[in-house]
Amino acid sequence: MPVSLSHFLVVAGLLLVIGVFGIFMNRKNIIVIMMSIELVLLAANLNFVAFSGALHDMVGQVFTMFVLTVAAAESAIGLAILVIYFRNRGSIEVEDVTMMRG
Amino acid sequence: MTSLLPILPALLLGLGAMALLIVGVLAKPEPAGFTTWGAIVLLVAAALVSCAAPDTLLFHGLLKTSLFTRFADALVYTAAVAALLLALDYNRKEGIARFEYPILVLLGVLGMVVMISAADLMTLYIGFELQSLALYIAAALARDSVRSTEAGLKYFVLGALASGLLVYGISLVYGFTGTTSFAALAGLLGANIGYGAVIGLVFVIVGLAFKISAAPFHMWTPDVYEGAPTSVTALFGTAPKAAAMALFLSVMTGPFGHLLAQWQMIIEILAIISMALGALAAIGQTNIKRLMAYSSIGHMGYALMGLAAGTEAGIQATLIYVAIYVVMSFGAFACIIAMRRRGQAVEKISDLAGLAAQRPGFAFAMALFMWAMAGIPPLSGFFGKLYVFSAALNAGLVTLVIIGIITSVISAFYYLRVIKVMYFDAGAPDFDAVPASVNFVMAVGAAVTALFILLPAPLITAASAAAKALMG
Repeated sequence: MPVSLSHFLVVAGLLLVIGVFGIFMNRKNIIVIMMSIELVLLAANLNFVAFSGALHDMVGQVFTMFVLTVAAAESAIGLAILVIYFRNRGSIEVEDVTMMRG
Repeated sequence: MTSLLPILPALLLGLGAMALLIVGVLAKPEPAGFTTWGAIVLLVAAALVSCAAPDTLLFHGLLKTSLFTRFADALVYTAAVAALLLALDYNRKEGIARFEYPILVLLGVLGMVVMISAADLMTLYIGFELQSLALYIAAALARDSVRSTEAGLKYFVLGALASGLLVYGISLVYGFTGTTSFAALAGLLGANIGYGAVIGLVFVIVGLAFKISAAPFHMWTPDVYEGAPTSVTALFGTAPKAAAMALFLSVMTGPFGHLLAQWQMIIEILAIISMALGALAAIGQTNIKRLMAYSSIGHMGYALMGLAAGTEAGIQATLIYVAIYVVMSFGAFACIIAMRRRGQAVEKISDLAGLAAQRPGFAFAMALFMWAMAGIPPLSGFFGKLYVFSAALNAGLVTLVIIGIITSVISAFYYLRVIKVMYFDAGAPDFDAVPASVNFVMAVGAAVTALFILLPAPLITAASAAAKALMG
């Protein structure tokens, strides 16, 4: 069976859903949330690359490069914030992030 | 040969931030005051240069400058300068006077300027991320405080999710149209393009609604406002809101202008939920920063009303509303920053009790901002509401206007409660002397808010010209 555009879109859609659920359903720790955020960005990247191939257009692949760069910066900043948070709170359990009631 | 003038403001901000970073790293002791003043000078210079920039399309249609972008840029620069002036003294007293903060503000403003001038989904995304990343760090500026780091963490997680959804939406729009350029999208989406792009549009709206903290994407706002240092909250409440709202306007009316029928309902619902939540959830708050968070959610609801109208008058109304909101907001935050007792910042509304007897000027300024936010004439806030309501009414959105009027009556309750606490409750706040920089911002905010009625023409005509430039 040849792999078509719609297969890529379904996989990307699944990655997005897993990522979003990983953020909201996860009750364990914040590292898992960071991984879920990466999944969401990778879902978008997969879409871009698949569309770029299907459309014979380079813009999608250029965009992917930008998204990858931003994702790297984002996880660096996220981990930095997580480290200073851990220093103050001594825990990275999601349930402990409750100093302020929202 | 294209001139560098249109991107000179962005170059000034970017290169200036790097130069200040080098100074900050090498100079001993930590030159926090120097980088703050350096950043203010750069922002003012960028604002002046951007006024002189011509209208162009740059870098093969990636960036666009027009009267609209200059209007929004001016708002962002003003708000950022005000936020830096407020931070000058507050950060030192709180022991967080780090040289990085003004540099982060500069980078954030650079991101905002890029996203305001975006003419392509790619520049939109880069600008959006640059400002978000700078602000995540700013929220966690007080790195020894649990509340500040928790605010940074919450803002980061929810913000990263929102930008993930935004970029997923962009990928769908790109896939179903084959382009990321605003101009090409506007041409293509005029024809019947199918549902793929509309689903992408919905994701893009979610990402942008998160940035302006429109309900139901507001979850981060109260916690981040409360947890972040007040000087950073003063920034969050003004510059990014103005920039994201300008981006919202340019994306909805530009590339997706022909899909008005599809997005109008979504924006109306966002506006209604935001106004209702802003009015109801703020009632029970005891912390003034949390109150301001709910108040800003409500204000973004009113500002979205102009966008929901989808007309040139609506765009003008939103721009006027946002401009007035920015001034009221930094004025109110100047008052909140001045709430210090014996060297400690206090944040409870009840701490203001008896302020009018001890510090009539301070109490009067705070009262002015609260009246203006409640939309009581003849203060500026009233005119903001007047313009958005009349634009929505002319576009036939009667339900929206009725809900807007009801929620502004409800929200008047908690604004007036702050005034009641200051003027009629017994107490002795014994606040410390207010530093000159904070007094200056407070006085400017109060003067503009109170005297707007005498000279409304410059703002009204500038907003009208900006709206015309946007709608073409």
